[in-house]
Amino acid sequence: MAEKSGAEILVQTLLDLGVDTVFGYPGGAVLPIYDALYDHPKIKHILVRHEQAATHAAEGYARSTGKPGVVLVTSGPGATNAVTGITDALMDSIPMVVITGQVATNLIGSDAFQEADTVGITRHCTKHNYLVKQPSELAGVLTEAFHIATQGRPGPVVVDIPKNVQVAAAEFSSHNGLKNSRYQPQVDGDFKAINEAAEMIMQAEAPILYTGGGIINSGPKASETLGQLAELLGAPVTSTLMGLGAFPASSDQWLGMLGMHGTYEANMAMNRADLVVCLGARFDDRITGRLDAFSPNSKKIHVDIDRSSVNKTVRVDLPVIGDVGRVMEQLLAVLKGRKFNAPDYEEWWSRIKGWRATDCLAFPESKTEIMPQLAIRKLWEATHERDPIITTEVGQHQMWAAQHFDFEKPNKWLTSGGLGTMGYGLPAAIGAQLGDPDALVIDIAGEASIQMNIQELATASQYRLPVKIFIVNNEYMGMVRQWQELTYESRYSNSYSDSLPDFIKLAESYGWTGILIDDPADLEAGIAKMIETDGPVLVDCRVAKLANCFPMIPSGAAHTDMLLAPEDVKGTMDDNAKALV
Amino acid sequence: MHIKEEQVERHVLAVLVDNEAGILARIAGMFTARGYNIESLTVADISADHAISRITIATNGPPHVIEQIIAQLDRLVPVHSVRDLTEAGPHVQRELALVKVAGKGENRIEAMRLADVYRARVVDATTESFVFEITGAPDKIQTFVGLMREVGLVEVGRTGVVAIGRGPDSA
Ligand SMILES: Cc1ncc(C[n+]2csc(CCOP(=O)(O)OP(=O)(O)O)c2C)c(N)n1
Ligand SMILES: [Mg+2]
Repeated sequence: MAEKSGAEILVQTLLDLGVDTVFGYPGGAVLPIYDALYDHPKIKHILVRHEQAATHAAEGYARSTGKPGVVLVTSGPGATNAVTGITDALMDSIPMVVITGQVATNLIGSDAFQEADTVGITRHCTKHNYLVKQPSELAGVLTEAFHIATQGRPGPVVVDIPKNVQVAAAEFSSHNGLKNSRYQPQVDGDFKAINEAAEMIMQAEAPILYTGGGIINSGPKASETLGQLAELLGAPVTSTLMGLGAFPASSDQWLGMLGMHGTYEANMAMNRADLVVCLGARFDDRITGRLDAFSPNSKKIHVDIDRSSVNKTVRVDLPVIGDVGRVMEQLLAVLKGRKFNAPDYEEWWSRIKGWRATDCLAFPESKTEIMPQLAIRKLWEATHERDPIITTEVGQHQMWAAQHFDFEKPNKWLTSGGLGTMGYGLPAAIGAQLGDPDALVIDIAGEASIQMNIQELATASQYRLPVKIFIVNNEYMGMVRQWQELTYESRYSNSYSDSLPDFIKLAESYGWTGILIDDPADLEAGIAKMIETDGPVLVDCRVAKLANCFPMIPSGAAHTDMLLAPEDVKGTMDDNAKALV
Repeated sequence: MHIKEEQVERHVLAVLVDNEAGILARIAGMFTARGYNIESLTVADISADHAISRITIATNGPPHVIEQIIAQLDRLVPVHSVRDLTEAGPHVQRELALVKVAGKGENRIEAMRLADVYRARVVDATTESFVFEITGAPDKIQTFVGLMREVGLVEVGRTGVVAIGRGPDSA
């Protein structure tokens, strides 16, 4: 067996694992790895402009392709800059492997230049992490890291590699696969539980499917299986923010998103259902609202690959541990085996029809200002036939996008749900575009969020990525302003976007095309121009400044206490409500 | 506005883990990160090849929190198994303490007498001090240390609890 340096072993192992794209930024503690990459053009290294962007780009790549995202950063500030994206990937269950450089093993603990305790800092924002102390361990650790990142509930794994381990040599022969991994999550659902679930479904009179990001993570096949299950059941389907796209929005059975900014019909149906089938979702606080009033009269089935998600916030009647795609297949087989013929749930659907009649996503019209909801709707109209990949930043524009952009397929909607990270959208769009060079990729942004990773305009230029940014510019951190309106008598403390750049000039200075839209009459033409223009385009769309995002369930309120329109807002909240996020 | 507190129960968990660097920080850190309590935590390697350690954790919390603690421990990659001994049924809990008392006259005689009753052994003695070694369930040790306070306790060291289920089966 030949000896190779740790850096060589690392690069060779990445190739063996099928890695073709790495998002990174060089520095002293990873120079040996960068030197090894120089000889391996098969791995495409994407030079970002900030390590946080490398992590979000890797997330965007992972979420849209289903493959793990790979990040390479230096020690100290390189690693600490990556922490936000690593945490984001943990919260949203995104498969990611982050390779960080570290000071040489003999210097660890000495406060050496650019030393940070990366393994300590990332212990609670990774699914697992490693400090590799011998080059001979590298291939095995990396192979296990990819296995852990992608199997079970996906998540980020950090591999911290001291510089001397990158330089030192060890024997190496191409590694083929991981034998007998200690990490073997349960994939198939327990047969008894599946039968019990079928039994509960057969007895329900008002069932609802509540789906989440787990279906996307399980792979495109899971979305197909969901379609079959929904068809067999004839029951309404709602989804979390992370699960959008798993079920086609054009279906009659689709109720829209549920939760804080979900639709009236989705939240009312959850509240009145007699059976909730939770598929790859986790009863997050944005979904449940006030816990003791959450779906009070239903039996609950919870399908999740992560046992710790079961009974964490909401107690369920039947947990089924396993991969949601696989469990749905098993459930379908059992239901078909029992010749299940769904009733037409006539009275259930007629109630749902009543809730739908509120037309909760309607918004006021304006001739003088562009309504942000209309801007999203027009964007959808102009692009949906091309199956665009939509990323977002965080704020009102994100919720409007979730409400007014209809998704038909999985892996087309990339957003920061669990952590709610402003600055996610542009790098995620870059990652998605690299994963699918021919796709139309649009970052629906806010004028405040986009500034958090604006430097990535350069990355898109460098790699000729035709990413589009659509800024819903309301000159406010709109979501913060909306909460200040509801909770703090409109005392708009520090939520105005002052001293904004001229986004058009800014875009142009990076080699992008800039388009300004500030008249409702120009909205459609502006969007059309954005799509027609080759290369990267930034649109600064000036919208109504004070529009708010409805419907809304205020923190700590029940699903039945939805605010549907500005008129419903009365008074301000008490301290108990203020204390909730 | 006031913050409410819930009723808690005490549970002893036996956790088998890979004996690797950072495992203790991973376990203890998970408890602090999620706001769980640790009453005591002991760890030692227990397999012939030194690959596996057994961690005994005494914790407390409302039942739904205990359930979460177990699930959260179980999903850590280096954790092989988690057993709730309190839930599993009859088990033995033991702890060892070294208790130093100093004094003369009546206190010294009383300390010796109490040690005898509690089956503590003298492992060091001078004319004005004793070091007692006592093993037992945590509450027995608690009581003994309490009594020693009245007769000249100067220092106490406790191992924390280890526990094992009764009967032939393994955890
Ligand atoms: C990194 C980060 N910092 C702060 C916040 C809190 N936050 C949530 S939404 C928001 C305002 C976003 O403003 P903008 O991007 O203009 O979007 P809008 O709500 O106006 O659509 C802020 C500050 C956050 N989510 N992420
Ligand atoms: Mg804004």
